[in-house]
Amino acid sequence: MNLDRLKLLYKDIILEQANNPQNTGRIRNPTNETNVYNPSCGDKLHFTCTLDKNKKITAIAFEGEGCSISQASASMMTQVVKGKSTKQAIELSKIFSDMAMGKKHSQEDLEKLGDAQVLINIMQFPARIKCATLSWWALDRMLLGEKRDKKND
Amino acid sequence: MNKINNIRDEFPILNRKINNEPLVYLDNAATSQIPISVQNVMREFEQTARSNVHRSVDTLGNIATAKYEESRNLVKELINAPSQNDIIFTSGATESLNMIAFTLGNKIIEKGDEIVITIMEHHSNIIPWQQLARKKQASLKYIELCDNGELDLADARTKITDKTKIVAVTHASNVLGVINPVGEISQIAHQHDAIMVVDGAQAVGHFPVDVQKLDADFYAFSGHKIFGPTGTGILYGKQKLLKKMPPYRFGGEMIAHVTRANATWAQIPQKFEAGTPNYTGVIGLGAAIEFLNQIGIKNIQVKEKELVKYVLPKIENIPGITVYGPKEWAKHTGVISINLAGIHPHDVATAFDELGVEVRAGHHCAEPLMTDLGITATVRASFDFYNTKADADALINAIKQTEDFFNEFR
Ligand SMILES: Cc1ncc(COP(=O)(O)O)c(C=O)c1O
Repeated sequence: MNLDRLKLLYKDIILEQANNPQNTGRIRNPTNETNVYNPSCGDKLHFTCTLDKNKKITAIAFEGEGCSISQASASMMTQVVKGKSTKQAIELSKIFSDMAMGKKHSQEDLEKLGDAQVLINIMQFPARIKCATLSWWALDRMLLGEKRDKKND
Repeated sequence: MNKINNIRDEFPILNRKINNEPLVYLDNAATSQIPISVQNVMREFEQTARSNVHRSVDTLGNIATAKYEESRNLVKELINAPSQNDIIFTSGATESLNMIAFTLGNKIIEKGDEIVITIMEHHSNIIPWQQLARKKQASLKYIELCDNGELDLADARTKITDKTKIVAVTHASNVLGVINPVGEISQIAHQHDAIMVVDGAQAVGHFPVDVQKLDADFYAFSGHKIFGPTGTGILYGKQKLLKKMPPYRFGGEMIAHVTRANATWAQIPQKFEAGTPNYTGVIGLGAAIEFLNQIGIKNIQVKEKELVKYVLPKIENIPGITVYGPKEWAKHTGVISINLAGIHPHDVATAFDELGVEVRAGHHCAEPLMTDLGITATVRASFDFYNTKADADALINAIKQTEDFFNEFR
């Protein structure tokens, strides 16, 4: 009885990122922002970013509680998309979600994800895929301007 | 007690492996496992007597109806209801609670009235009342907890007033593992002429329940949590209230007469069971109750207490553990909610799963309670009578290994 296989998922870098997440907090006067919620665990994350006039992400931050996977994923996502154009960021999001779903992806594409590619083993832990994809989903919502969640009537 | 020792053979799933480790099933509060004997009863019925109930004059129809009604009788005896006509079959505790809110609740609640629930309710005993209160401009009030994780009875006395029409309280919490004094709360509710609704989803099957002693006006629970099939549930109601209660759904089998313009209703309880019911499920539920009776609810209660007495102090002794709800084992059901310092419940549950220990991590459909506790989630281990001390040891070991694994990186 041991936790060796767990190291596949919780690589050192993930736990380091989770314990010291980057780009936390809120951007002042953001051009875009969104809230995402994982109803299965109750995690809530709030994202803000600033786009310049060329639609480049000049600043991005997140705040909120979550498990190691969602914290590390948010930290790594914000690091890799900072400085990218909106188009590039959306492309990265697509690569990440394909990776998480176990769809085919080229090594070249994977490299584009930077540190975030270490989450490739998430597939072997199906119950945790949502934790990893939550912040990428937030990125899509934030950039593509999805409507805010409305209260039910 | 011997019966209990061999009982694991009735649950073949307990012999399976999870991630190459023997399964340690500690998610009984979510759903309990189903014994072979119950499955056999359902299979045999399907193979030899499957037929719709209450509809036909043929032999098969009669057998099916008799078995279906026998289950009603078994439920009646299980909770000591005055009559089997007080028992309505539903799809689960959720439907039972919705049924009261949207039939009788809808009829009696008016603007300015109060509905009183507790902060430890499951969403299925919150949202129906929330919706009803909003629709009727009534107010929804919450009875709070004491510092020790038990319900604050003094607060119940101030929250329940002459304006209160309905009080809805869980018999046992699916998060805190605490048993609420529903008998006393019933008395308070009745002093103010309010209707007392009890959510028994975490109570029935774990300790004896007597709806007459509790003086509950309504009592709701689910079949899948008492070793029965999914899609079965029960709503007990006092006859005088069921008479006032409008039907929930309309259709076949719930009518007396139908004309082009109008319809009159069948007798209680058929009035509340429109359409073809989950008859095989209900027959399985009856078998589950017979299984419970064979083992004896008191024996189950003793066994669960033994396990909690064994495991709770051990958990509390592990550094970095927070236990929610009462700290004394004697006040605990088999439900134990914890957090490990600095480790998110989802990470804990993934680690436990690697070790074959199946628990639930999340808000357990009790978000308002989580918010009050200042957390978003807990890890919940829930024991049933077929669990063993070895299961308890596996849990303790899993907690320690998980702490070691994650603490290495701090
Ligand atoms: C206290 C409590 N009430 C109600 C329910 C709802 O039961 P069901 O989902 O079977 O309708 C549950 C199930 O988790 C529960 O624990």
